[in-house]
Amino acid sequence: MDIPRYWRLKNQRYRLEGAVCQNCGHKSFPPRMVCPQCKSKDLKSVRFNGKGIVYSYTILYQTSERYEEYVPYIVALIDLEDGPRITAQLTDIDLNQVKIGMPVEMVIRKYFEEGETGPIVYGYKFRPVFSRQDFSEPTIK
Amino acid sequence: MKKVAVIGIGQVPVREHWDKSLRELAAEALLNALQDANRDEIDGLYVGNMLSGTLSGQEHLGALIADYAGLSGVEAVKVEAACASGAAAFRQGVIAVAGGLKKCVAVVGVEKLTEFSGRYTASALATAADSDFEASVGLTFVGLNALVMQRFMFENNVSKIDFGNFPLLAHRNGSHNPNAMFRRPITLEQYRKAKVIADPINLLDSSPIADGAAAVIIVPLEDIENSDKRAAEVLACETGTDYIALHDRPELLKLKGVEISAKKAFRTANLQPKDISFFELHDAFSIMTALSLEASGFMSATEALNRVKDGYFEIRGKLPISTMGGLKGRGHPVGATGVYQIVEAVTQLRAEAPEKIQVKNPLYAMTQNIGGTGATVVTTILKNIRLS
Repeated sequence: MDIPRYWRLKNQRYRLEGAVCQNCGHKSFPPRMVCPQCKSKDLKSVRFNGKGIVYSYTILYQTSERYEEYVPYIVALIDLEDGPRITAQLTDIDLNQVKIGMPVEMVIRKYFEEGETGPIVYGYKFRPVFSRQDFSEPTIK
Repeated sequence: MKKVAVIGIGQVPVREHWDKSLRELAAEALLNALQDANRDEIDGLYVGNMLSGTLSGQEHLGALIADYAGLSGVEAVKVEAACASGAAAFRQGVIAVAGGLKKCVAVVGVEKLTEFSGRYTASALATAADSDFEASVGLTFVGLNALVMQRFMFENNVSKIDFGNFPLLAHRNGSHNPNAMFRRPITLEQYRKAKVIADPINLLDSSPIADGAAAVIIVPLEDIENSDKRAAEVLACETGTDYIALHDRPELLKLKGVEISAKKAFRTANLQPKDISFFELHDAFSIMTALSLEASGFMSATEALNRVKDGYFEIRGKLPISTMGGLKGRGHPVGATGVYQIVEAVTQLRAEAPEKIQVKNPLYAMTQNIGGTGATVVTTILKNIRLS
């Protein structure tokens, strides 16, 4: 694929920019021209904060040629805290750590390389959010 | 609107046809169907195909297939709706004849998936999904179905092994169908141990990549001579769509496109689910079998998982499914699948199926072809003229 196609998606891939309907408040990612809920065409661009929880996931062991060198990896449906559901890879996580309901946050990571001389494509992935208790700090009493 | 009937059927066995090209497969199925219909002329050709451009570097299939079947000059066009391309083409043929614009049309579904190795084919199949926001982040076609299955298992507290009875049934039926890709039954133990492709979906949940072509001839019902007891009337053929990306669907586990298409089909045919004698459903993955039985109005998905254990869906059961092997056993040459389903349904209605998989006196057949993970769905109901 060509560079314009990746460039065109920069506001989604790097900024998680979607749309919010000015009539009913429905949120979309990627942005849409017509609100799927109320059919209004009055939509404004909005940037989501990148925090969410895992709604479903799969671990891919066989994939397309472009992602072949990265298997096994996890793709999840993520419910954004302030937005809609989106599809993204999980990163910085062991395969056996993933669970439905786990909190995750957006980071920018490499997607794939388009051959030896082609562009390297980057975009959003999500990593687990750890709370302080997860680090088993010594408690002093 | 005119009433419409299928008067001819043709197919090539579903295989890895290394020795046959796309045009040869299509022409062979089409010529078989014309011979079966005892016709040598048509006034329209609708070709269902998804990936000829991507995998064979060949588009413009309407003219190409008309040309190679000796029908050059006829109006011909390709119809694409991912894995539902075959039934979508059938729908166009039905519209043309029902609307009175055409007197005799052919519908051919054809797909040649084995031109490349599996990983290229996987990329090609993923084009059924949202390219920018599903496929390009690393999701495959199997992966999409796996996201649905994982959530289903979580919400309904069912285990993976519960799904195994669907592929077992499909293989058992397919083993009697000479045109099926897989001619051997499988066991639950094999299912349990099958290689995982996209967790929780394993190899034996998934319909195989294959080459194939199937064709039917459609005419106005009024043009059939009374003696032609081999014709089947098309009572309904209806299409529904859904959001293309899974993440946009308000309810992930409800196949809205199936619901819309099945409801419309039952209304058009003036029938209810209980009237259906057998159901050729779109078992591309085990999860889809359960969810489409639910969305079509037969029973809840969890009930389907239970009833498959009691023989409910067997040839002699209450609602036989995948009678010729389904997508899992017969194979899933994507753009051809919807037409194979019609061919198989007509075969059953004619009582010409192999003895062990012949449904007893079927009156109403239902077929359902699903594109993507439910974004395009075509449901067809056929009536046995012989028995009515």
